[in-house]
Amino acid sequence: MSYDILAHFIKIGGTVFFTGFFVLAIVYALWPKNKKRFDSAAQIPLCDDDRPELGDGDV
Amino acid sequence: MTSKNILSRLKGDDSLIFIALICVLGFIWSIFAAQPHDVPSMIYPTMEMHGFILMGAFIIALIVIMFKVADGLPQIDHSEYEDGVIKAGVIATTFWGIVGMLVGVIIACQLTWPEIFYFENLPWTNFGRLRPLHTSAVIFAFGGNALIATSLYVVQRTCRTRLAGGNWAWFVFWGYQLFIVLAATGYLTGITQSKEYAEPEWYVDIWLTIVWVAYLMIFLFTLARRKEPHIYVANWFYLAFIITIAILHIVNNLALPTGPFDAKSYSLFAGVQDAMTQWWYGHNAVGFFLTAGFLAIMYYFIPKRADRPIWSYKLSIVHFWAVIFIYVWAGPHHLHYTALPQWTQTLGMVFSIMLWMPSWGGMINGLMTLSGAWDKLRTDPVLRMLVVSVAFYGMATFEGPLMSIRYVNALSHYTEWTIGHVHSGALGWNGFITFGALYCLVPWLWKKKELYSLKLVELHFWLATLGIVFYITSMWVAGIMEGLMWRAYTDLGFLEYAFIETVSAKHIYYVIRALGGTLFLLGTFIMAFNIFMTIKGKGLAQPLDGDIPLAKRPSVPTAAPILAGE
Repeated sequence: MSYDILAHFIKIGGTVFFTGFFVLAIVYALWPKNKKRFDSAAQIPLCDDDRPELGDGDV
Repeated sequence: MTSKNILSRLKGDDSLIFIALICVLGFIWSIFAAQPHDVPSMIYPTMEMHGFILMGAFIIALIVIMFKVADGLPQIDHSEYEDGVIKAGVIATTFWGIVGMLVGVIIACQLTWPEIFYFENLPWTNFGRLRPLHTSAVIFAFGGNALIATSLYVVQRTCRTRLAGGNWAWFVFWGYQLFIVLAATGYLTGITQSKEYAEPEWYVDIWLTIVWVAYLMIFLFTLARRKEPHIYVANWFYLAFIITIAILHIVNNLALPTGPFDAKSYSLFAGVQDAMTQWWYGHNAVGFFLTAGFLAIMYYFIPKRADRPIWSYKLSIVHFWAVIFIYVWAGPHHLHYTALPQWTQTLGMVFSIMLWMPSWGGMINGLMTLSGAWDKLRTDPVLRMLVVSVAFYGMATFEGPLMSIRYVNALSHYTEWTIGHVHSGALGWNGFITFGALYCLVPWLWKKKELYSLKLVELHFWLATLGIVFYITSMWVAGIMEGLMWRAYTDLGFLEYAFIETVSAKHIYYVIRALGGTLFLLGTFIMAFNIFMTIKGKGLAQPLDGDIPLAKRPSVPTAAPILAGE
């Protein structure tokens, strides 16, 4: 495969992949069902932060 | 001692074993590096010096580790956050901020009064040696320490879990300081590979890579241990910053040293490829170090200080992915009208202009977080500092795309306009948001009710703002003036001005710039004093509830976090 053919496919493939990924990210951000999750995520920094939560395996 | 005993001694923070191994290997290498080289010192400048610095650093590290493991490996207490390394980071940020800005004022004076600040017998004080010291000290030492400290703070709080990796965090902290010392001493003695923002030579680059990978691992493993289902947006920005800087640093510094113990290497790239790689690196250092990393600070500290959630979480997601996909292509605008192909220049220009969208989206998100709490700007100088930094971010990111347009760049490139642009971003955005974050962090970390003095914060704010205004307005005028003078022709088609005329015309603006920088530095000194007095517990900085760590207190409804204006 020559450089030109390879570069051709990489350019087109790259453009499609990056644009597609970005569109998916926007769809994810605007998806109505995610609103609740994002609203609670936005509260994360405001919560009380004096100590970590302990889970399984934490001594 | 039975084998069971030995095994039980090995339980705990095993990071120290690996850190000790790295130190031993580094020590062996530095013994050879510290040998006198039988080559002229002009060609291989002062490798011995770096050899001795490294030997000293690794020996001290090994002694400290020996003391730490004397009674077996230390245990990690998962019921408390790892704050010691963040406290150290806060102090290091303040210290390097003063060093970097002081060197900035010195080189501003060298440009203004070259006959006074030129020392023939002290080659290391030459402008060419001090300038990279200034840029690296403020970007990597001041900014880098601020990013490491805040990221380790934010990732623990937003994941509600202790930092992963035990003492690896301390390895990252001290390893990064060692990198700064090696870089700074190298510049002063002439060890440089002459790449903007990537001056350190190959062995310093390798050391930074080791430190940075450890940093990435700590961050990733802390995220993996999170007790919060969602990864908060600030962590996304921090992670993008860490990963992208790793990639940029490794690729741009691919080089072949002249020998395993030589302070000299040659880049694997040559010609225009080298230039393009360098500015792909250079611009993304701006994009992912000075932008993505500091946006992470914005997304945590502004909501926290204003006690309001971020204005639009959706917008923050779109902001993040837009920055990721657009910023990496903007580098070629540094190479307009060079041997770089025209289409590549145009690509860089188009993507730079597209950056207006995410930049202003992010700015709006930061500013609008205050909706309903605007009155806090009047009462809380710390929050004002954070918010003004976002305004400067908007201003600098408006100006940047404008200057990336090839036609505008024809006027602005190589002039003081570029310096003014960089400093409106660096002083206004990076400086102010770091100051704001430090003012938040110090009472939080040292468990004080408030800073030593909010009046001093007020004074710092106004001194620094005035300093920035002096700085950027004088550099705009000087830049546009010299750009126009360079391209002025007489009726007969000759250049109207000799180069020296454009230099002497800038003198008055250099004076104003040096004044502006001095005011900004003065503000930083005041901040350092305020932080020192807060740690000492003077003034308003009274201990919070008798200095008992909250985790050790009986479970009563916990006090509200220390917030703006309280």
